[in-house]
Amino acid sequence: MTKLIIPLLALVALAFAPNFVSAYGLGLLIGAATYVTLASAWALFSGHTHYVSLATVAFYGTGAYCMAVLNEALPYWAVLLCAGGIGATMAALVGLSTLRLQGVYFVIFSFGLAELVRQLITWYEVNVTGTLGRYIFLDISARDIYWQMLALGAATIALTAWIHRSRLGMALRVIGDDEAVAAHSGINLARVKLIAFVLSAVILTLAGAITSPRYVYVEPAIVFNPTVSFLTVIMALLGGANRLWGPALGAVPLFLVFEWLSTNFPDSYPIFMGLLFIGVVFLLPDGILAGIEKLRARRKVQS
Amino acid sequence: MSFLAIEHAVKQFGGLRAVDDVSFSLKRGEIVGLLGPNGSGKTTLINLISGALPASAGTITLNGQQLTGLRRDKIARCGVARTFQLVRILPSLTLIENVKIPAVFGHKAHWGAAAERVAKDALAMVGLSERATMSAGDLTYIDQKRLELARALAAEPELLLLDEWLAGLNPTELEEGIKLISELRDSGLTILMVEHIIDAVRALCPRVVVMNSGKLIADEQTDKALTDPAVVTAYLGEDVDA
Amino acid sequence: MILTTLILGLVLGSTYALLALGLTLQYGIARIMNLAYGELTLVGAFVLVAVFQQLGLSPLIAMILIAPAGYALGWFLYQGMMRPLVKRSGARGRLEVDSILATFGLLFLIQGILLMLFGANFTSISYLDRGVNVLGVSVALNRLIAFGICVVAGGALVLALAKTRWGLIMRAVALTPGSAPLVGIDVNKVARQGFALGTALAVVAGASIAMYQTFSATDGVVFTMKALVIVIMGGVGNVKGALVAGIALGLLETFVATAIDPGLTLAATFAIFLVVLLWRPQGLFGAR
Repeated sequence: MTKLIIPLLALVALAFAPNFVSAYGLGLLIGAATYVTLASAWALFSGHTHYVSLATVAFYGTGAYCMAVLNEALPYWAVLLCAGGIGATMAALVGLSTLRLQGVYFVIFSFGLAELVRQLITWYEVNVTGTLGRYIFLDISARDIYWQMLALGAATIALTAWIHRSRLGMALRVIGDDEAVAAHSGINLARVKLIAFVLSAVILTLAGAITSPRYVYVEPAIVFNPTVSFLTVIMALLGGANRLWGPALGAVPLFLVFEWLSTNFPDSYPIFMGLLFIGVVFLLPDGILAGIEKLRARRKVQS
Repeated sequence: MSFLAIEHAVKQFGGLRAVDDVSFSLKRGEIVGLLGPNGSGKTTLINLISGALPASAGTITLNGQQLTGLRRDKIARCGVARTFQLVRILPSLTLIENVKIPAVFGHKAHWGAAAERVAKDALAMVGLSERATMSAGDLTYIDQKRLELARALAAEPELLLLDEWLAGLNPTELEEGIKLISELRDSGLTILMVEHIIDAVRALCPRVVVMNSGKLIADEQTDKALTDPAVVTAYLGEDVDA
Repeated sequence: MILTTLILGLVLGSTYALLALGLTLQYGIARIMNLAYGELTLVGAFVLVAVFQQLGLSPLIAMILIAPAGYALGWFLYQGMMRPLVKRSGARGRLEVDSILATFGLLFLIQGILLMLFGANFTSISYLDRGVNVLGVSVALNRLIAFGICVVAGGALVLALAKTRWGLIMRAVALTPGSAPLVGIDVNKVARQGFALGTALAVVAGASIAMYQTFSATDGVVFTMKALVIVIMGGVGNVKGALVAGIALGLLETFVATAIDPGLTLAATFAIFLVVLLWRPQGLFGAR
C-alpha cells in the first residue's frame, strides 16, 4: 500500500508547488516535468527491449508543430487528440518498416528520423505554405502547462507500472534478452514491439504539444532540436532505463545540471554530455538504481 | 494417421541444399531420433519445423495443420516447443520467470496462478525447484540445459524438438537426462530428437531417421539403422560420439 | 545537363564510397557500430584545413600524414574504449547497445572539442579551384583530385582485401568471428586493425571532402548517416557493395539536388534507405 501512497502524496505536493515558486522556478518545474515524462516514455519502449531510439525529438517536435498549425482551427483538446493520432501513425509507419529487423537498423533509422521530419516540414513550409515560422497565441498559463505535464508524467509512470505487471511487459523483457527465444515461446515480436513503440511515441508527441505554447514562436529548427533526444536517452540510462522510477530519477538532476551548464558554459556543453554518456556506459551500465542495489548486496555479503 | 508430417522439405542456402527433399512422419506419442554426421542438415530441419527458417519448398503439417509459412510464434502456439543446440536462456530473468514465458505466451496461454503452477511443475520436473528465484545467468551449463528443457515443457507442447540436448553431459548427468526424456515419452509426448550419443538413442528411440548431406538416407528401426551399410558409410570418416 | 549531373555525382559518390568503406570495416570486422564516425571524418577535414592554412602544407602532402595519424587514432580508440566493452559483453547482445551508446558519447566529445577549437562557422579552403574540361563538362580540379584519392585509396583496399593473406584473415573474421580463433587468428588484433583502418579511411575521406566542399563542426551526423545508409544498401561488411552503393548515392543526391530541390537530399537518402529495408534488408548485394 505504501508503494501507492508515497507517489500519490508526492504528486499532490508537486501539484501545489507552483504556489511557492517564482516564475523562473515554475519554468524549471515545467522543464523537469517535461524531461521526466520524455525519459519515462522513452524507457517504456527502449528500457527493456534495448532498441535504443534516438528519435524522441521527431515525435516531440511533431507534437509542438501540430499545436502551432492547428491551434487556431481546432479547440485545444481536439489539437491534443490530433497530435496523439499523428504521433501514433508516424510511429506505426516507422515501426512497421524497421522493427521487424535487427535492432541496429532501428537505431540508425531513428538516428536520422528527426532530421528527416525537420527537412520535410521545412521544405513544405517554404515551398507550399510560404511561412517558415509560426506563432502560438493560446490563453494558457504556465501553471496550466505545468499541471498538464505533471498529469502526463504521472500517467506515463502509472502506465509503465501497469505494463511491468502485464503480459506486454513480460514480453518486452524477453525480447530484450533474446528475440529467438521470445519468438519460439509464442511471442509475436513485431506486434509487441510495435505496441510499445506507438504508446511511447504518443506520449512523446503529447509532451511536445503541451509544452509548445511556452515557445510562443515555433519553427522547425527550434522544436526539432536533436539535443532533446540525446538528453532523454542519457537521463533514462543514468537512472536505470528498465526500472519504474529510474528515468525520473535521472531526469531531474540532469535537467538542472544541463540548465546550469547551458547558461554558464554553453560551449563546453557537448563535451560534458559526451563524457557523461561514456561515463554511464562504462561505470553504471544499468543505471544508478541497479548500481545502488549492487552496493547494498555487496555490503550484505561483507557483514 | 501421422501427427507430424514432413513432405518433400527443402532448404536452399545459395548453392547449398542443406535439406534436400526430406519426407518422413511421426505418429502421436512417438519418439524418433534424428541422426546424421555433422553438417548433414539435422539442425536446419529442426529450424524448418519450428519456423526459425522458412522452407524453400515442401510442406510440414502438425495434426493436419500446416506449419510451413507460419511465423515462429504462431508455430509455437500450435504446440511446437524446442531447445537449442547452443543453449539459450534468458540471463536477466529468474528461473521461474524463464519458465513462465512459454506458459503465458504458448498455446495454452495461462496467466496468473495457472501460469505460476505450470512453471513450477516444469521446474520440479527437471529438479530446479529450489533455485526458482535465482537469476538464470548464474546457472552452470548443465543447469542451463535443464532450465531450457523446463522452458520447453512449460509450453505444454504437443511436439517437442530436442537439438542435442544430451550433448556435453557427464555420465551421471547423462543417465539422469535419459531418464527424464523417457518419463516424457511415457507421458505420451511426441518427441523428435537430434542426437549424437548412440547409447542414448538406443535407450530412448525405437525408430530413427538418418540424414546425410541434406538427404534422408534411412528411416527404420534403430538396431537396423545402426548396421545399415548406407548409414555406416555416412558416418565413416566422422567421429561418432558413441 | 545529364552529363554534368553524372560526372559531379560520380565525384561525390567516390567520396561517399570511401566513407562507407571505413564504416563497413569497423562494423563488419570490429563489430563496433560507430555513431561517431562522421565526427572522425570531420577531424580529418579540420586537420587538413589547419595544416594547409597554418603551415602552408600542400593538401596532397598533408594527406600522406593524415592517413597514418588516423590509423593511430583509431588504434588508441579501439584499445582504450572499445576493447573493454568487447571484453565485458561476453558472447552476445550487449556489445551492440554498449558500442552504440559509447560512440554516441564520443560523438559529442569530438564535436564539442571541434566546436571549441574551430567554432561553429562553415569552413573551406580554396585549393586548385579552377575548372578542368572533362568530356565537355567543367569540373573543379580539386574535385578531380579528391576523386583520384578516393579511387586510389578505395581501389588499393579492395585489392588488398581480395588478394593478400592479410585480406583473407580480415574477411574470415568478418564472416565468422566465433570460429576464427580455431584457425589461429587473433580476433582482437584483427578487430583492432579493422577499426584503425576504418578510422584512417574516415579521416582520408574527410580530408578529401575538405578539399572541395564547405563544412562545419556540426556536420558529422550527416556524414555518419550517409555512410550508414550506404553500408546497409551494400550489405554489412560487403566491400564491393559499399563501393557501388556509395557511387549510386552520390549520383542520386546530385540528381535530386539539381533536378528537384537541394533541401531534399537527405529525404532522398532516407527514401532509399526505407526501400532497401523493406525490400532487401540484407543489402542490395548481400546474400540472404
